[in-house]
Amino acid sequence: MNGFGARARSHPSFVLGALLSGLVVATALVSLVWAPYPPAEIDIPGKLKGPSAAHWLGTDSLGRDIVAQLLVGAQNSIVVGVIAVGIGLAAGVALGCLASARRGWVEELVMRAADFTFAFPALLSAIMLTAIYGPGLVISIVAIGIFNVPVFARVTRGAANAVWAREFVLAARSAGKGGWRITVDHVLPNIASALIVQATIAFATAILAEAALSYLGLGTQPPRPSWGRMLNEAQTQLFQAPLLAVYPGVAIMISVLGLNLLGDGLRDLLDPKLARRR
Amino acid sequence: MGPFLLRRLLTFAATLAVASVLVFAVLELLPGSAAEVILGDTATPESLAALNTRLGLDRPPLVRYGAWVGGLLQGRTGNSISYDTPTAELIGERLRVTLPLAALAMAMTVLLALGLGVYAASRHHRLGDVAVMTASQVGIAVPNFWFAILLILLFAVKLQWVGAGGFPGWSEDDGGGLWEGLKALLLPALALAAVQAAILARVTRSAVLEVMREDFVRTARAKGLSRRQALWRHVLRNATIPVLTVAGLQFASLVTNTVVIENVFVLPDALVDPRLRHG
Repeated sequence: MNGFGARARSHPSFVLGALLSGLVVATALVSLVWAPYPPAEIDIPGKLKGPSAAHWLGTDSLGRDIVAQLLVGAQNSIVVGVIAVGIGLAAGVALGCLASARRGWVEELVMRAADFTFAFPALLSAIMLTAIYGPGLVISIVAIGIFNVPVFARVTRGAANAVWAREFVLAARSAGKGGWRITVDHVLPNIASALIVQATIAFATAILAEAALSYLGLGTQPPRPSWGRMLNEAQTQLFQAPLLAVYPGVAIMISVLGLNLLGDGLRDLLDPKLARRR
Repeated sequence: MGPFLLRRLLTFAATLAVASVLVFAVLELLPGSAAEVILGDTATPESLAALNTRLGLDRPPLVRYGAWVGGLLQGRTGNSISYDTPTAELIGERLRVTLPLAALAMAMTVLLALGLGVYAASRHHRLGDVAVMTASQVGIAVPNFWFAILLILLFAVKLQWVGAGGFPGWSEDDGGGLWEGLKALLLPALALAAVQAAILARVTRSAVLEVMREDFVRTARAKGLSRRQALWRHVLRNATIPVLTVAGLQFASLVTNTVVIENVFVLPDALVDPRLRHG
């Protein structure tokens, strides 16, 4: 593991990705205990103020502090990412492992179901779910999570099939181990790195999807601050306060860029075979 | 090829069939009915029953689903309960903007990606390559609707070259026209294309690099072709296969993303009914 640490420290994408992702996580953690103002505090006389000592990045059309909203918005993005990726990981890995261990019609069924679910992008399922249950954070998380299930199922099954074809699995089978034990003892540890890389990328996609849904008014609802909705509100003030449309976008970009770089770095570091040809 | 296409077509038909059953079932399981939504909270049971009968909602679910499928097979898509207009008309009206927008964005994506990807590959590990790869890494991280807002900020607010959104229509009777319509779709298409082009440029670059290492390229160079000639005549033709595969997959996400971009530019929206938002 020491070797990993040294290689990681000298990998530029990994280091930059880890720094940017760390910054976003730190922001969210800080906002749990401190924010310059309550993010939903409305102050109409102080609306659309530029950056100042009192409001570092100014205020929005309702006089709410931009820094406070950005800080608390980070919590939102992380919560969505963690739960949506969690849903995808839990269900996708279970299905992928099942397909790989059982093969035959089980595999066929799981993969066709994955193809089917894959035909519904997160945005589309979120719109359908919203039509039924009304807009909200939970609905958008569920929609993004559902979209992640086939993604993880495919990655898991592909990687697990390769492990099942290896000699040590054959040895384990001849020693009398069943499908379940082989999956837990041999398959999962060997596909973990591919899953970690996929989870990082899926996290970035989840943040983008949540921002898009909140922008459309289908995700996080007021008064809870969200970067996507901040952009929506900023668009109506584009002529008076153009900078308002810049900050939340930069926040989203930093989070996604950080996670993508981290994912690229992890791919190179954890699994040289997966590393993209450069 | 034949059996493969047939298999994919069957899968496609099955997906559509399952999706229709699923959507129908979910709407069926929901509490409340379309009549209650139309008439509101103050409706009397008698008026609800009357409207249900008029809409045909008093029939058993299986009969209604069967009638819908039967109609669809005969080319009738049914009426929208909310708008009281044929659904085909409603969808067609919106696709008149969505499809040209997606096509324009796809064309921009492929052009941008091919140009940037080939350029980066030809400058492998030099400044140009690093610059294109860095820009594409950032491009992938930019939410397309934010990029759209930035485009509006630059071209509509600062430079005032174009309007901040809206769609004049394709026909001159509506005050629009072909050129006016295309002009209104230019920025939305660019916003959609930028992110996809960032992804595709990376694919192009690695595909070109891979083909450049092939023996036949070395042979072509040995026969006296310049680097540029080899690139245009031999490398590009072979590198386009993976690029077009990825571009095809990207078209699906492009169409989905039009939903968001159409909202940014206030274009006639294909998917999100405004009434959804405030649930």
